[in-house]
Amino acid sequence: MQVEHVLELNDIVVQFGQRTVLDHIDVAIEAGEFVGLIGPNGAGKTTLLRVILGLLSPNHGEVRVDGKSVRKRNRAIGYVPQKIHLDPDTPLRGRDLVGLGLDGHRFGVPLPSRKRRARIDEVLEAVDALRFADAPVGRLSGGEQQRLLIAQALLTDPKILLLDEPLSNLDIRSAHEVVRLVGRLGKERGIAVILVAHDMNPLLGHMDKVLYLAEGHAAMGEVDAVIQSEVLSRLYGYEVEVLRVRGRVLVVGGRDEEADVVDLLGGFHCGDHEDVMNS
Amino acid sequence: MGQFLQMVFPLDLITLPFMFHALLSGTVVAILSGLVGFFVILRGSSFVAHVLPKAGFAGAAGAVLLDINPLVGLVVFALGGALSIGMLGKRGRHDVVTALTLVVALGTGALFLTLNEHYATGAYALLFGQLVGVSLSQVLDTVVLGLVCVLILGVLYRPLLFASIMRDSAEARGISSRKLEMAFLIVVGLATAVTVPVVGALLSFSLMIGPAATARYLTRRPGTSLVCSVAIAILTIWAALVLGYDTSWPIGFFVSSISALLYGVVRVGASLQQRRVAGKTDAHVHPLDGVVGQK
Amino acid sequence: MTTVLHYVFAPGLLQSEEVLHAFLVGILVAVISGVVGVFVVLRGQSFVGHVLTDIGAAGASGSFLVGVNAWYGFISFGILAGAGVEWLGDRARNRDVATGIILSFAMGLGSLFLYFDTRFTSNASAPMMVLFGSMFVLNPGVIPIVTFTGLAALVVLLLIYRPLLVCSVNPEIAKTRGIPVRLVGILFMILLAIAIEDGSLVVGSLLSTALIIGPPATAIRLTSRIGLASVLSAGIGVVATGLGILLAYDSYLWPPVHRGWPVSFFIAVLVLVFYLLSRLWPERRYAQGAGSARREEVA
Repeated sequence: MQVEHVLELNDIVVQFGQRTVLDHIDVAIEAGEFVGLIGPNGAGKTTLLRVILGLLSPNHGEVRVDGKSVRKRNRAIGYVPQKIHLDPDTPLRGRDLVGLGLDGHRFGVPLPSRKRRARIDEVLEAVDALRFADAPVGRLSGGEQQRLLIAQALLTDPKILLLDEPLSNLDIRSAHEVVRLVGRLGKERGIAVILVAHDMNPLLGHMDKVLYLAEGHAAMGEVDAVIQSEVLSRLYGYEVEVLRVRGRVLVVGGRDEEADVVDLLGGFHCGDHEDVMNS
Repeated sequence: MGQFLQMVFPLDLITLPFMFHALLSGTVVAILSGLVGFFVILRGSSFVAHVLPKAGFAGAAGAVLLDINPLVGLVVFALGGALSIGMLGKRGRHDVVTALTLVVALGTGALFLTLNEHYATGAYALLFGQLVGVSLSQVLDTVVLGLVCVLILGVLYRPLLFASIMRDSAEARGISSRKLEMAFLIVVGLATAVTVPVVGALLSFSLMIGPAATARYLTRRPGTSLVCSVAIAILTIWAALVLGYDTSWPIGFFVSSISALLYGVVRVGASLQQRRVAGKTDAHVHPLDGVVGQK
Repeated sequence: MTTVLHYVFAPGLLQSEEVLHAFLVGILVAVISGVVGVFVVLRGQSFVGHVLTDIGAAGASGSFLVGVNAWYGFISFGILAGAGVEWLGDRARNRDVATGIILSFAMGLGSLFLYFDTRFTSNASAPMMVLFGSMFVLNPGVIPIVTFTGLAALVVLLLIYRPLLVCSVNPEIAKTRGIPVRLVGILFMILLAIAIEDGSLVVGSLLSTALIIGPPATAIRLTSRIGLASVLSAGIGVVATGLGILLAYDSYLWPPVHRGWPVSFFIAVLVLVFYLLSRLWPERRYAQGAGSARREEVA
């Protein structure tokens, strides 16, 4: 039986100058699937995201969303940005933010209508955000803002929900709530979910598949099949080891003199700042 | 009491044609500043709004040197400044480029003023503005240019709001934030060209920043905030005109001190209220809950 | 060959006391601005940096009125405004607005002062002086105080160099290390105010802005090491200032009117040219990283 793929990446290559950021990536995702896009910083996650969104055309390869070649302004993809930078005093309510997802790209001034309002209320309810829909966005917590952003992405009835590092600014509890919410929405509405994260642990038990990205190479499949020392070592191009400690997964690499935890610490690299201070 | 009122609001205010013209063009300028200012604050572009009028002044000095209408120089330099900031700036970060644009524009202005044999009256008039003493045809120019700006802003409203708040999402929806930014900078440049002859290069900035910043504390809705911003701007300029007429002090002084005063009062009020509310309830509550009713 | 040299270094250049003064003061301001400016650019505070010149100018127009030395006007308004911006603008976007409001108020006051200046004192050229400043009509009396305060600011800056750097690059890390981020911010603002107001007084507000932003922005694009960038930026500032003064002196012979083109024009253009040239240089990772780190903190 031929399975319908909502997203297909065929042999994607992206090069910036001499550097190959994505090296022959093939991915196929089915409707309703929850995929965690995992990888350390600099692995090419953001680049892959921009390729899927159509903001960056690859040097080679093809992206097909819902069977069609990808283009800009793709309503089939609901994009949830990492974070919004808003001052607490910005005059913008939650529902205004969500409303931008409905018609923010159109010219002119929005006219209030019952239909518009009902549509916005519907998605706000779906993400359980009605109670703070009238509060200024800048005063909401990270988790609450994240819900609004997800609601905004749902407005176009997307086939794919693409979340860029939604967990990186959240505490553990909010992170779990967001993961659970996205998982539920995906199953209920048959939306494929791609959630980008540098730490896979909050996703364990929720995601159907993992798409692991390292050094421009990718591996995709069930978590237990991909998160193996030999699979990841092949991606990284050097020896890494997968440790399972109390139900958590750690990827430990040993390229440099000192072993460092590649995955668990994620984006927190003190090293960069040390360099600066010692200069 | 009645005497005092007569002193503050002498009848000439309305009967003198030049005061009438001043009120009219002042109102147009206030509406425009209030609208543009909303986006200037939202996008954090105060620096640009401060720099373009000064660049425009330099342009006016050049026009005086070439013996053409200073307004032409004003428009050319304000728009040129806007374009160069937009082109040299990178992904929303352009404070360095803005500063350098200012420096070069003013340097050129200094050159123009030095090369000019005579005192460049036409240019200096633009420094402090000439609210009082505008002719009817100038008022009409202001109205027409102002309308153009308002129309452009109306068309750009939604995408500009979208891209100002969440750039990436807007881009994913096919909005070119770069083009939008250029368009916005051009609107600021045009608005500068309209406002500078009226309130002056030094203080057209006050009218753009002050009311819009104050309006943020009054409401939580973007549309209402825009309306408040315009209303405050209009009140500010009317009050400044009346006080300027009474004292014959520069109008710019009143514009800037009234808007700073309003901002200060509203900000202190908001933070007091927030402290009180935060003591009682959860953190989501806007400081103005209870003041501005739910819809 | 000698004719060319004669043309560039016009005869009498170094005999003129005024030009010599201009060179000395210009170099001093360029060095101080260059070093302080690196942090201004790193912290994304170009707006404040420029605004302080305007605010100082407002203070200066007030000082004409009261009849005290303009330096007091510059420095008092500058420090007040710098601390005010830091105090009111606790968050990034807020800082932008706070800066704008303070600037707008100060400029309003300034315009009132100027109005009184031109009405009640005979200082008709006050607006020009305040807007552009001029190096060749410098009052030599202020040079010692400018030199002293400028060098003192530089010394304090070197003392707080490391914590300031950490705060500028990543305030979160600074906090975890027990650095009082807020205090360092205010202290830096005061140093910035001193550097800028000194500069505004002796070379004019226009050039003060040019030197505090142009050379540092150029240097940061060329190297990722902040110490080197400070030196480079001071060097670029000195070169731009020296060349600018030279050209301005030469320009007394230039058409259309033989009375010299303004120094500010030359230095402003040179600074821009240097910056644009540095933009051709391939982008360095650090400068970018600092920018984005800053941006994230800021939000």
